[in-house]
Amino acid sequence: MSSNNDSISKTLIVVISLCLVCAIIVSTAAVQLRPQQNANKQLDSQKNVLAVTGLLSGSDIDALYNKHIEERYVDLDTGELVEKPKDYDYRKAMKDPATSTRLPAEEDIASIKTRANVAPVYFAYNDGVASGELSAIVLPIHGYGLWSTMHAFLALSPDGTTIKGVNYYEQGETAGLGGEVQNPKWTAQFDGKKLLDQSGQPAIKVVKPGNAAADSAFEVDGLSGATLTSNGVQYTFDFWAGAEGFGPFLAKVRNGALNNG
Amino acid sequence: MANAKEIKTVLFGPVFANNPIALQVLGICSALAVTTKMDKALVMCIALTLVTAFSNFFISLIRNHIPSSVRIIVQMTIIASLVIVVDQLLKAFAYDVAKELSVFVGLIITNCIVMGRAEAFAMKSAPGISFLDGIGNGLGYSVVLMTVAFIRELGGSGTVFGIEIMPLVKDGGWYQPMGILLMPPSAFIIIAGFIWVLRTFRTEQVEKA
Repeated sequence: MSSNNDSISKTLIVVISLCLVCAIIVSTAAVQLRPQQNANKQLDSQKNVLAVTGLLSGSDIDALYNKHIEERYVDLDTGELVEKPKDYDYRKAMKDPATSTRLPAEEDIASIKTRANVAPVYFAYNDGVASGELSAIVLPIHGYGLWSTMHAFLALSPDGTTIKGVNYYEQGETAGLGGEVQNPKWTAQFDGKKLLDQSGQPAIKVVKPGNAAADSAFEVDGLSGATLTSNGVQYTFDFWAGAEGFGPFLAKVRNGALNNG
Repeated sequence: MANAKEIKTVLFGPVFANNPIALQVLGICSALAVTTKMDKALVMCIALTLVTAFSNFFISLIRNHIPSSVRIIVQMTIIASLVIVVDQLLKAFAYDVAKELSVFVGLIITNCIVMGRAEAFAMKSAPGISFLDGIGNGLGYSVVLMTVAFIRELGGSGTVFGIEIMPLVKDGGWYQPMGILLMPPSAFIIIAGFIWVLRTFRTEQVEKA
């Protein structure tokens, strides 16, 4: 290497031009691929909503989603259905101080720190949205496990209590142990259980593996070898079924708020 | 341009004779993290091979203009840009795998193999042969990663590429999975075993006591 390369001007020229070239390549890739990436994300979310309601079949997810699913928005404090906020993105809204509520430590059992003020809910219609016959309500829930925030969809019957399905679709727990939270064979245990007890309090109990009573309406087996992940699931359900989560909305559902439109 | 024999050495040497993981013990961090499932490991291998090859190529291309005082930074910039491009491509065209690999694609930037080849080979070789060197080292990395992933996935989950080979007890089968294989430390043990076997057959790799 010639000493000429180490002169200050040469160094600056090389570094600056390299940075420019790299910046152009990286930003071009990011901008060019963004529509494709967003489409993937949206498709993925739609697929998960359909999967939890058991409506997922075939490959034309977009058409299936539009036919069966209606997106609505809930003000979590009042439990009222509201209009879709402008440019709404749930993941952004839950972090943005303007659209979220910081949870005090004693209420933050799911360790999520902030909670969006308005959350999406998905109404599923087995015979298509046009039929008006509601078959399931899908709620997005999330909470911290051992290593990661675990995101799931929870499908409830129109009675607002009976669980129709749980689908953990995003988590970073230990593969094979806590990661089994995503296993459909595990989440199938939730089907038919009651999210809330008679008085409307969160009632799902994740118990030690193998200890769930077969006739219990509330108990599910935890994941073996993954106590902390199981606890995370417990707290997630407690939080989102409680007063700080979808509790007020579910209370309205149980009182028949959805029957009048 | 190099002759055929040299090309062969550069391309296949790193697979067993001069394996980046087994002999140089570089880049084992990702060998621990992404080897619980074979499909994840395969995507990681392809991503790393591409990044190593192209970073070698581009660095070699401008090697006569890189000021030695900032050469590491220059190499890092090129490597980092390539990794971001690969990450973006994965997110656009292989969304499911990209979601599972999450942060590990980004961590290719800090993978010692990429950096090591850039500094040790690309800085003093022509672009063509540097590119092949990148492919070769990517292959060496892939051989180890896929071996480790095969053992871990088969032993830990009873599957290969997600296809059930040994039905698990919890699903009504007969195989009781070995939980430790799913934990990162098991990869250390397997890599050590790999090195042991390799050095039994290639005694010249054994370090002198």
